[in-house]
Amino acid sequence: MSEQTVMLQNEEELLLSRFPEAVKKDERKGYEGYVVEAKALRDFATTLRDKLGYDYLSSVTGVDYLPEGKMEVVYHAYKTTGGPALVFKVQVPRENPVVPSLVPVYPGADFQEREAWDLLGIKFEGHPNLKRILLWEGFEGFPLRKDWREPYFEEEHKPYKSRFPEGKFFRIEDRNPFGKNVDYPAGFDPDKWIPDNSNALIYEGLGRVERAGDDLPTEQIVVNLGPQHPSTHGVFRMVVTLDGETVVDLEPVMGYLHRNHEKIGERNTWLMNMPFTDRLDYLAPMSNNFGYALAVEKLLGTKPPERAEYIRVIMAELTRIQNHLFAIGMFLNDMGAFFTPSLYAIEERELILDVFEAVAGSRMMVNYFRFGGVARDIPEDVMKKIHALAFERLPRRVDELDRYLTGSEIVRVRSEGTGVLTAEQAIALSAAGPVLRASGVPYDVRRADPYGIYDRFDFDVAVRYHGDVYDRYLIRIDEIRQSLRIIQQALQQIPAGPVLAGKPQYQFRVPPGESYGRVEGPKGELGFYVVSNGKGNPWRYHVRAPSFINLTALAEMTRGQKVGDVVIILGSIDIVLGETDR
Amino acid sequence: MSTKPKKDEGLNSPQYDIPEELQNTVTITTLDKIYNWGRRNSLWPMMFGLACCAIEMICTAAARFDFSRFGMEVMRPSPRQSDVMVVAGTVTKKMVPQIVRLYNQMASPKYVVAMGACASGGGPFKEGYNVVSGIDKYLPVDVYIPGCPPTPQALIYGLMKLQQKVDRQTIKEIYSRPDEMIPVPVLGPDIMDPREYDRIRAYTRQKAEQEAAAAADTAQA
Amino acid sequence: MDGSGILKGLGITLKRLIATYVDDFKRGKQRYYTEEGVEYRRSPEVQGIFTVQYPEEKLPTPEEFRFVPFLVGEEMEDGTLDPRCTACGICAKVCPAQCIWIVRARDPKSGRARPKPAEFYIDVDLCMNCGMCAEYCPFDSIKMDHDYELATYDRHAENVFDLQKLLKPVSYYAEIRPRNYEREEEARRQAEEAKRKAAEARAKAKAAREAKKNPPKQA
Repeated sequence: MSEQTVMLQNEEELLLSRFPEAVKKDERKGYEGYVVEAKALRDFATTLRDKLGYDYLSSVTGVDYLPEGKMEVVYHAYKTTGGPALVFKVQVPRENPVVPSLVPVYPGADFQEREAWDLLGIKFEGHPNLKRILLWEGFEGFPLRKDWREPYFEEEHKPYKSRFPEGKFFRIEDRNPFGKNVDYPAGFDPDKWIPDNSNALIYEGLGRVERAGDDLPTEQIVVNLGPQHPSTHGVFRMVVTLDGETVVDLEPVMGYLHRNHEKIGERNTWLMNMPFTDRLDYLAPMSNNFGYALAVEKLLGTKPPERAEYIRVIMAELTRIQNHLFAIGMFLNDMGAFFTPSLYAIEERELILDVFEAVAGSRMMVNYFRFGGVARDIPEDVMKKIHALAFERLPRRVDELDRYLTGSEIVRVRSEGTGVLTAEQAIALSAAGPVLRASGVPYDVRRADPYGIYDRFDFDVAVRYHGDVYDRYLIRIDEIRQSLRIIQQALQQIPAGPVLAGKPQYQFRVPPGESYGRVEGPKGELGFYVVSNGKGNPWRYHVRAPSFINLTALAEMTRGQKVGDVVIILGSIDIVLGETDR
Repeated sequence: MSTKPKKDEGLNSPQYDIPEELQNTVTITTLDKIYNWGRRNSLWPMMFGLACCAIEMICTAAARFDFSRFGMEVMRPSPRQSDVMVVAGTVTKKMVPQIVRLYNQMASPKYVVAMGACASGGGPFKEGYNVVSGIDKYLPVDVYIPGCPPTPQALIYGLMKLQQKVDRQTIKEIYSRPDEMIPVPVLGPDIMDPREYDRIRAYTRQKAEQEAAAAADTAQA
Repeated sequence: MDGSGILKGLGITLKRLIATYVDDFKRGKQRYYTEEGVEYRRSPEVQGIFTVQYPEEKLPTPEEFRFVPFLVGEEMEDGTLDPRCTACGICAKVCPAQCIWIVRARDPKSGRARPKPAEFYIDVDLCMNCGMCAEYCPFDSIKMDHDYELATYDRHAENVFDLQKLLKPVSYYAEIRPRNYEREEEARRQAEEAKRKAAEARAKAKAAREAKKNPPKQA
């Protein structure tokens, strides 16, 4: 540990001496990292990447500090060799927030900066394509600003006073002049409204663009896949520019499931957000719970009891298995093996969901973690079932899955060499999870920056080196096996005891400060950035969603591929729209 | 809890008396009944999922719950070939124009099932600025299934309710109803229903006047 | 060899098909439409067919299963249900979707608040079935129901549950959640026991003090 401390001190000295004016340590109580002047940001980031080895920019987000009249952009950078985060921030005035874009240094910042522009109105100078990403062009206002109010606004914070003790039932839409969730700016005239977009023609579908070239004159056509398309795993849209059958360019369009998770999260109390996190990546609810619980526990300073730690690990790994099963099943669906492999995968998944249902109460929306533990203990009979699953059934069934899929000629022909992402590209584009590891970067948060009790288990970080679709499929099989190993160890070691530290509380204050809790979710690094101002509600609640950021690499993977393969490339990233759009 | 399945008497329950000796050989039914019998057992859902509920819908289609037992396994990605639209998940403002368009493209008779709290009435995300408070603000809904998400069995129960509804319809009723087109909402500063432009205009003018008055007040003060 | 991978895959499908018939043969009529049959088909040992023939047979809901909440009512002698709820409002405060509305009862004469709900609403179209209300209710009066067959034709008329619709007897609660019910009853018994003991001890101490203050006069 001391070696690391020395290293961190050296880093600090280097940074502060190199930028004596522009970089300061963040002195606010409960905060960490550096505050960088906007004009020095790009140099600072370049130094981090090239001199200090922080080559992976994980999270970019904005915070609206309304009382101070400031906007802050928060960056979390990591080394892909492991270790803690380096946090740096830029503060700009609220009236005209302009920050230099970090896309030239870390291309993975692309979508995240667009999101900060979309929701907070922070302008990133030098961004190649600064458009709204989750909402549509023309939307009025920047919803995550603290002084922006939604049409159904009731109060700043929950719980609402209208519910008790004089809780006469009403429907909120009945208080809206239109009876719906709408509001329009003053003086707006719908007749003069022109849906803005320079790309509108392209989005209309099948618009044609001439290609300038001196060889054979061909025409490029633009095809829309989605938002209602069986291959897109939900409501996701890809605007694909084609030259014949070859993909020239691809632009992901998202936000069709943007359900305002963060705005609602900032109205909620700390505890209320727990069930909402289930609905982020609804295929991996336990991991979401885990990440959020970690972030808030860091601020609260509570530590779960031993048994709870083990239960958390067992549940998180079961979640990973069922998520990967579903991902493999759907991936084979995309490949054209309609539903039969999915049926087999879902069959095993149902058994895991039975466990969740018996322990947490719901198949998908588990709401199981609490700050300082878990909601309830695993009953004895369910424990037996987990034993049977982890030691007998699942290993057998995974082998079976492996046997009939991995060697299949159709799977191999379709997926080998398709959608290649090199290690350098994967790091630069901030890809996470199986996508990153299939490209040959053995980066796993469980190993690189262990949380919970993951440092106690013996498991291998699955890694493959080709970076193609086939490897991304194989890595999921590998990870299921490793997860089973972890569960088996945890089941053997789990001690008896309480599962929740302290008394269950529903209203509590959280000490002021910021905190970033991250876990290795099935889709990749899932992070929760929360800021507390000492009240019962989070001041800022941001989710670093792996599905969303992994899509940054989609265009890179699909360029030069056939249009039919776009579908399986997307399937191999394994996105869930609840998390992508939040 | 478990009982033997009852014999399906949906079809063979005429209002006419059949002689005892012919009861196993002759079936008398009405045209409505046989027509509905055919329809209710081949309700093809659209392959169309929005959010969490869609995963439960996939599970319903999979081996354990298997709604092909109800003739619903043929999920069609094309609206032209589907009879029932299961709105499975949160409807957002950005998605609603597409959903309305898909509904318009479906061939009559068509049905809409709102699966889950979100599709029924907005659900836990109702207060969000991009969420539609229930798909029934735009489309006529036949069956609402509460739950967040409804379990596969709850979904099947809802679909059985829909079958019961189909049973009660008559051919005349189905085809006398005009096939109305629902105007597709437009994405403006907020979602706009083309039928409501007059109201929007009045509202924004009034709002502008109020703001001007408020500004004048502060200027005077 | 080319094609062997595909053959292997098809072989597994064939194996599943055969397993179903082998199972049928082994278990006979036991396999369908019986409780053991369903239990077997959802256990980790199952081979072959997996389908549960809803609605004829239903998956048993585990004890912790939660759908929408209901209110526990004590069965009174006249057959009515008396809600355990004391209108403390904790469920309404902890509800993430804010779907609970409570009007606290007032004494008709004095106008003072009484610990009973006058009106109680849950908007099922908002409820996210998270179970927070049941978890944090200090009086064990709101619990999560197991009944998931709630589909309706008209949500405006039916999906706002009022006090009448929410109230269910204690016996129903004991039936769907036996372990929880037992645990809570036990805790309540112990609390009462402790209370009684404390009261006794207090009475004794008081008596002792009294005795010290004015010692019984010797006759």
